[in-house]
Amino acid sequence: MSDRVTLGIDRIKCDGHGVCADLVPELIELDDWGYPIIRGGPIPQSVLPHARRAVSGCPTLALRLQAVASRR
Amino acid sequence: MSIALLAGPPPAQGMEGFAEHQQRLGSLPPATQLIDAIERSNLRGKGGAGFPVATKWRTVASQRSGTPVVLANGGEGEPLSRKDRVLMEQRPHLVIDGALVAAAAVDADDIVLYVGADHTGAMQAMHRAVIERSDAERARVRLVSAPVRYISGEETAAIHFINDGIALPMSIPPRPFERGVDGRPTLVQNVETLAHVALIARFGDDWYRSLGIGTASGTTLVTVGGAVPQTVLVEIPQGASVADAVNAAGGITSDSDAVLLGGYFGGWVESGTAWGLSLDADPLRQLGHSLGCGVIAVLPSGRCGVVETARILAYLAHESARQCGPCTFGLRAISAAAGRVAGLTATPGDLEHIQRWAGLLAGRGACHHPDGAAGLLASALRVFAGEFQLHYHDRRCSVVNTAAVAS
Repeated sequence: MSDRVTLGIDRIKCDGHGVCADLVPELIELDDWGYPIIRGGPIPQSVLPHARRAVSGCPTLALRLQAVASRR
Repeated sequence: MSIALLAGPPPAQGMEGFAEHQQRLGSLPPATQLIDAIERSNLRGKGGAGFPVATKWRTVASQRSGTPVVLANGGEGEPLSRKDRVLMEQRPHLVIDGALVAAAAVDADDIVLYVGADHTGAMQAMHRAVIERSDAERARVRLVSAPVRYISGEETAAIHFINDGIALPMSIPPRPFERGVDGRPTLVQNVETLAHVALIARFGDDWYRSLGIGTASGTTLVTVGGAVPQTVLVEIPQGASVADAVNAAGGITSDSDAVLLGGYFGGWVESGTAWGLSLDADPLRQLGHSLGCGVIAVLPSGRCGVVETARILAYLAHESARQCGPCTFGLRAISAAAGRVAGLTATPGDLEHIQRWAGLLAGRGACHHPDGAAGLLASALRVFAGEFQLHYHDRRCSVVNTAAVAS
């Protein structure tokens, strides 16, 4: 499953700290208000360690890794 | 015009009582093979999303995490819609029958009837209807008064309110069919949908399909407002056109350039295109439209589409649950900029911002509130493109100018 995961986000938990965009700019950019816009689809192997760091580094624990098929 | 849900005693008579309901339609049969019949009838949810009903029921029935609950959703927060409250006022027993037979089909025990607190007539009728039922049925049914707020009818908000008294959307997963009321698998179904089911259970899918026009199946409730004599509820065969629905409501009372199809979560369509559209979920979707919760609002001449859009966006921004950033801040910013453009006080960049932000909201909330607003805005930017430019660049409104000249 590890090669078919994507980033999911709990939008209610997310407070727009923006840590994730610093840690994985390959997958996340911030909108005009500082909230993450996540690139969909499977995460490339090379980026996966950064994605894991973003998940564990999120101050509100809003980010997660999830199977590609499940939505949001 | 075929009618089904609203057949029987005339509206002036008010609520159809249980005895009359039973006499007219017969007793509710068991739910044997009902999900298959619903599938063949091609029934879609009438709350707005239009999800296939049989698919949802099968998903709930297949859950192993507890005895399911049926939640009949009559929150109806959409300001342009009347269908659910009128249906509950006049035919509460159809809704209760639908909930009971749904419970039988998915092996649920408890039933929650969730009714908007401001729909007082509907609340009274549902209350009386529950009292008319047998002790056994009454014991399973709970009538819950939904807070008066646009977002209260959102399915996770309804569950949140029933469980914890907080009518705000929740993050998914878990989805309602996984964990809903009391943590149990929950079938959330709009009250009109359940009323259709009560008829399919009695008369079968062949009969139900025959009500539709062409390949469409069954009937649908539509609230028609705007440039018609008065806002009314009509029941029309699926597959009838927008023009048929508007004519059933008494016809248009002024020229009109655009129609709002689907309510605040729907989209604007040029009238020339709108009149001929067939009110059937699949063909509409293929054309990029949706009947949503069954609203047709005809923009009267003398009313500006840009102004109306800004007004609706202001309402939606105000009604945001303010739980998710993109909705709280993005929708507020869009609403403010659209308000300035509409009010001829745009600041440089407003229209460009609106155009860009319209594409940024969808899929970025716990619920679909921002998606609905983004869809409405995108349709307005298409249909009223010239008028937006006029408001923004020339600080002029062709509609208001016309009115000024006339007066």
